[in-house]
Amino acid sequence: MTSASFLPRDRLQALFDRLREQGYRCVGPRVRDGTVIYDDLTDAANLPVGIGARQAPGSYRLTHEGHSRCFAWANGPQALKPLLFAPRESLWRAVRHDDGRMRFEPTAQQSRQLAVVGVRACDLAALTLQDAHFAADIADAGYASRRGGLLLIGVDCTHPADTCFCASTGDGPGIGSGADIALSELESGFLVRPNSAAGALLCDALPLRDASDDELYTAAAELESARSKQHRRLPGRNLRDALFANLDHPRWNDVAGRCLSCGNCVAVCPTCFCSTEREEAAFDGSESTRVRLWDSCFSAEHSYLHGRLLRPDTRTRYRQWLTHKLGGWHDQYGRSGCVGCGRCITWCPVGIDISAEAAAICGETVEPGEARGTREGS
Amino acid sequence: MTMPPKPPAIGARRPRLAVHKFSSCDGCQLSLLNAGESLLALAERVDIVHFAEAGIVDEHAEADIALVEGSISTPEEQTRIQAVRSRSRWILSIGACATAGGPQALRNLGDSADWIASVYRRPDWISALPASSAIGAHVPVELELPGCPVSTEQVLAALTSLLAGAAPLTEQDKVCLECKRRGQVCVLVTKGEPCLGPVTVTGCGALCPGLGRDCYGCYGPAENPEVATLAERFGDLGLDAHAVARRFMYQQSGAQPFHRAARDWRQRARPAAPPAPGAESGAAPGPQPDGSTDSHD
Repeated sequence: MTSASFLPRDRLQALFDRLREQGYRCVGPRVRDGTVIYDDLTDAANLPVGIGARQAPGSYRLTHEGHSRCFAWANGPQALKPLLFAPRESLWRAVRHDDGRMRFEPTAQQSRQLAVVGVRACDLAALTLQDAHFAADIADAGYASRRGGLLLIGVDCTHPADTCFCASTGDGPGIGSGADIALSELESGFLVRPNSAAGALLCDALPLRDASDDELYTAAAELESARSKQHRRLPGRNLRDALFANLDHPRWNDVAGRCLSCGNCVAVCPTCFCSTEREEAAFDGSESTRVRLWDSCFSAEHSYLHGRLLRPDTRTRYRQWLTHKLGGWHDQYGRSGCVGCGRCITWCPVGIDISAEAAAICGETVEPGEARGTREGS
Repeated sequence: MTMPPKPPAIGARRPRLAVHKFSSCDGCQLSLLNAGESLLALAERVDIVHFAEAGIVDEHAEADIALVEGSISTPEEQTRIQAVRSRSRWILSIGACATAGGPQALRNLGDSADWIASVYRRPDWISALPASSAIGAHVPVELELPGCPVSTEQVLAALTSLLAGAAPLTEQDKVCLECKRRGQVCVLVTKGEPCLGPVTVTGCGALCPGLGRDCYGCYGPAENPEVATLAERFGDLGLDAHAVARRFMYQQSGAQPFHRAARDWRQRARPAAPPAPGAESGAAPGPQPDGSTDSHD
């Protein structure tokens, strides 16, 4: 840990006020519908104060802990992905003019400075992967526009969920270099570490004091404790060869017998990027809009090629998802597509555990009880 | 996935549209009537030759596109749908009744003759088929749009495509995918609600989970629906076998994947063994309380 300053808890509102003054739309975690979602947030009092989140395979329950911390939960169903890779986005439209000719018009991109407060290390790692897909040589206009105006304020994760395994993938729980400002939440306030020019500019305007050695030590200890609490793990950082050598493993049939093929794992995965496109035509034929939607490799259309479904059943669809996520990504993006956030375990309606499936298919022995996880009922 | 047939070749004259009703509550016709300005735009592009709920009645008129609401539930309807087919170039079945038999297909899980006899003083006055079935079970149908009621937007989008000479898009995604696209929170994972979203085709816009309640499957099964797996999960959530069966017994019990789940879980709900012969239980033997014989499969 390098130099850090300290922001007392009762001055946290200053962060939101300065962001607004500097022209940012501010998004942060809020409690809604039994979980933590990221939405517009201008008042620190609307953070999830005193809230915890108990996660298990197929189950998410908020708890009221009675403390004053705002970030004492691991994550919710989404974070950065929908803010950048829009679930539904107009790409262009075709307009028929009076003279009968068609004209194609790109959708205007509205760039606005957006600050996201409370980003986790897993989601920052996922953002790097989304950047590699959407904002590389051939950039997606909408994504790149939104990405350019983004300011990220990360918070170390000190309360990992039962489903978390970011320590195993090397993506957390501490905030690395991906955020403009990194925060560590302590009882009495926040350690603040700027990591970019924009972050430093913001910090200059905050009521900070130097952090004490005690505060630095406590933050490091809490992070280490969070790391050691994680009991799930992937059987390796690169499972490419092990997975592709086991395409006929009987475990694919086993997991297909438990999988709903509903695509929830894909939708909550912060790195999944597949989409489909549709035409939405005006009834009078005057114009038509090309719309892009989140898609999933668990849907039929995803593998529909030239009159047939390449992946007609749940076994082949789950296998596609896992082998691409943990195998094919190494060839495409130079690393695994999994950042250990555990969302696919929690938000799977039947609680399938990616770490257990990967271990079984790659031939690693998993301790009993660790393999299937403990699914909670109502 | 199969390609839908080519749209009707309509030519220069205005296409004719008919809206037919079979056994139904009229709610799907109402969905079209509720289209508002879009209905006026539709009336400018087609001749509406039969649409009883809108006051236009000529059920024998020939039509290029026939929207058919309701299930085939009586012998008269069996005959009438053949006549509709012979006068229509394109048939769109709309709604849960027309595509899967509707709530009235619940009788397919029991013995309808028994039920009729238990309700009506003169059962011989009732003319009903033993099962309620989809339009597509009786005549070839070009396109099916499910839902209870059908989505106005989906009907208009299908008509837009047909009138433009394009094959209409059929929705295949599960409710879960649409739910997540809308940023809604999973009611199964956060509340343990027995949501049918993972097996149900969307088209509704994931309406119920968006209001915090569980999907009850009114659009019917999606493609590749893992119904048996979801039913087991409902059991894990604490639903007894009757309750699991009932999740699949709303408007879509006539759709095969839901029908099978309802049948299987009703069987599980039965007592394991009949009372021993000669045992004086005091209860007269009779049909199951739910009237089930599962004779229609």
